[in-house]
Amino acid sequence: MARAEAPETAPDPTAAAQAATLEVPPELVAQSLGEWFRAWLTRIRSGDSGVLPVLLALLIITIVFEAISPNNVFLSAGNIVNLFQQSAVFMVLAMGELFVILLGEIDLSIGYAGGVGAAITVQLVQPSTAKWPWWGAVLAGLLVCVVIGGLHGTLVTRLRLSSLIVTLGGLLTWQGAMLIILGLALSGYPSLAGLDANRQVLYNLMNGTIDPVVSWVAMAVVVIGIAALLWFGDSRRRRSGLVAPPVSLTLIKIVLIAIVGISVVAICNINRAANGTLAGVPWVIPIVLAVFGAWMVLLQRTKFGRYVYAIGGNPEAARRAGINLAAVRTLCFIICSFTAGIGLLLYASYLGGMSGNINGGQLVLYAIASVVLAGTSLFGGRGKVLHGILGGLVIGGIYNGMGLLGLDVRWQFIVTGLVLLVAITIDSLSRRSATSGSAARV
Amino acid sequence: MGQVIDESPTAEPRFKARGVDKHFGPVQALTQVDLDLYPGQITALCGDNGAGKSVLTKCIAGIYEIDHGQFFWEGQPVHVRTPRDAARLGIETVYQDLALADNLDIVQNMFLGRERLRNGFLYEDDMERAASKTLADLRVTTVRSIRQPVASLSGGQRQSVAVAKAVMWNSKLVMLDEPTAALGVVQTKMVLDLVRRLRDRGLAVMMISHNLNDVFEVADRIAVVHLGRMVAQGRASSFDRQSVVDYMTTGASSRSGQQANADGATSGTR
Repeated sequence: MARAEAPETAPDPTAAAQAATLEVPPELVAQSLGEWFRAWLTRIRSGDSGVLPVLLALLIITIVFEAISPNNVFLSAGNIVNLFQQSAVFMVLAMGELFVILLGEIDLSIGYAGGVGAAITVQLVQPSTAKWPWWGAVLAGLLVCVVIGGLHGTLVTRLRLSSLIVTLGGLLTWQGAMLIILGLALSGYPSLAGLDANRQVLYNLMNGTIDPVVSWVAMAVVVIGIAALLWFGDSRRRRSGLVAPPVSLTLIKIVLIAIVGISVVAICNINRAANGTLAGVPWVIPIVLAVFGAWMVLLQRTKFGRYVYAIGGNPEAARRAGINLAAVRTLCFIICSFTAGIGLLLYASYLGGMSGNINGGQLVLYAIASVVLAGTSLFGGRGKVLHGILGGLVIGGIYNGMGLLGLDVRWQFIVTGLVLLVAITIDSLSRRSATSGSAARV
Repeated sequence: MGQVIDESPTAEPRFKARGVDKHFGPVQALTQVDLDLYPGQITALCGDNGAGKSVLTKCIAGIYEIDHGQFFWEGQPVHVRTPRDAARLGIETVYQDLALADNLDIVQNMFLGRERLRNGFLYEDDMERAASKTLADLRVTTVRSIRQPVASLSGGQRQSVAVAKAVMWNSKLVMLDEPTAALGVVQTKMVLDLVRRLRDRGLAVMMISHNLNDVFEVADRIAVVHLGRMVAQGRASSFDRQSVVDYMTTGASSRSGQQANADGATSGTR
């Protein structure tokens, strides 16, 4: 194409050809790994670096905190598992927030909307009052989150209110609602510490561990399953002459996934207790992976997911394509609140109960910062579920590292603000350079 | 109504509009408009800004509902009230602003809203093959990969994708709104070649254009609207640049008027 247009767009045809290579995702043109790698380098130089910055950030955080944390405790098995547990909350919230951000909307209320759900769940399993089975309590809590999301979505789509304002109202309203629900307890704040089976299950969501042997087997099954899907999918596409990555790239992806899986299980299976034995993968890791897998399939493999991206990219095109914008948007708000319900349930489990002191406003900012930091655009249309995982790990790393250094909540507020600011600046700058790039093409 | 120049009564028009009125509040946008669109022919719809070209197009596309008048599809009276009605008949529109989502790739854009599914999930392989075939049939071969995002395409390529998207659905009438606006010389040629290929496939093509160079390069028929009225339509060969400009600016032309009378065609200039 570049050659055909060269006479009018640029006097030098090779320059135009090079310009065109910059814009094409590397996996689309490369036939071999070498070509793919060169195309990828060109793309990074042109400003579109994918998840590379967030991986770099992760590396820097690890090195810095490992160096300055007391007794270099940051990379100890116990702290890494703790870091996973803290990050899990941010990851899950971020994966929910992603759905509304992809639309170009925002949901500021997820901290307390999820808090309402978690508060209901925790109240319902209290043996002194409601005595619900744990699964019934979880379902009830999540159902309330679904209703809250539906309410936000309806206000935004039917009344055409700004999502910023609707969910800012939600931020306050649901905080009040959460406090009222927590106040129903007969004495003090409802706790998850207790020997009854129902509360034990909820407490173990975050704190329970899977037997080391079972962890290895489960990890192997999951990694082999993903590897098989990748391998057979890519080879089928290569055979039928469709766009597909080179064989070596497929293999590299599979090896990377295996390395991550083996490392996580190996670290978690190290005994991390000061006295006695505490080893095994915490339950929260498979829970986060389940949310990740489900939402990734939903976004990448279904009509609904395709429509979310289309609306974020060009709502008018989506409308003309016959897509029901109001339904898709409302569903995104519902998914966001529902996922926030899971996130806050994990948080309650981490805290060992539900407290009125949880800072839902800060949790929202961490969630937004997580996805934006990892490359999701606040302007909609660009982002992946993986961004929630990677960004959540970065935010969790900062949070955890500052805790190790003994920096208190005042500093955490300041750093949260700065991180968010940096993430949004990067997003705006990359968007600006992308726009100027396409202007040159037209 | 208007002037009918050098009419060819042999073929049945694929689409006919008769006596179409459309008003928005006190503004009369279309008055008693007749239009014939033939299969295998490119009809250029010309007119000054605000003459009613876009309103007429949107009425045919089902975005606006007409107040009075009748549409005929292959001779049968039809009602087009929604874009869905138009799509059911086989009418597709390529809008000026293209209606492509920049962040989606070519295949995703071409199937937007009509994705193929297998077991409830997107059937990417099948969609990619079909999109690939359509682009190859239309000889849109300049794109590097049909999996590249639309944001990375040139203006001409984007227009080609938008057109390919429109013809993918066994459409029988394709309406193009200013397909060459904002394109360079080479890209304009590329798009006009594509429009000719649509005609060669037997589609009825209507092309809105300001650009008389484009009009005379590809059009088989020309229809001119002026202040919401169809002032002239007929074979392109019976117009020249000056007469089209006259019709567009004043609603009448002494030159073609004489020719039309000489050919003995009906005349209804008001």
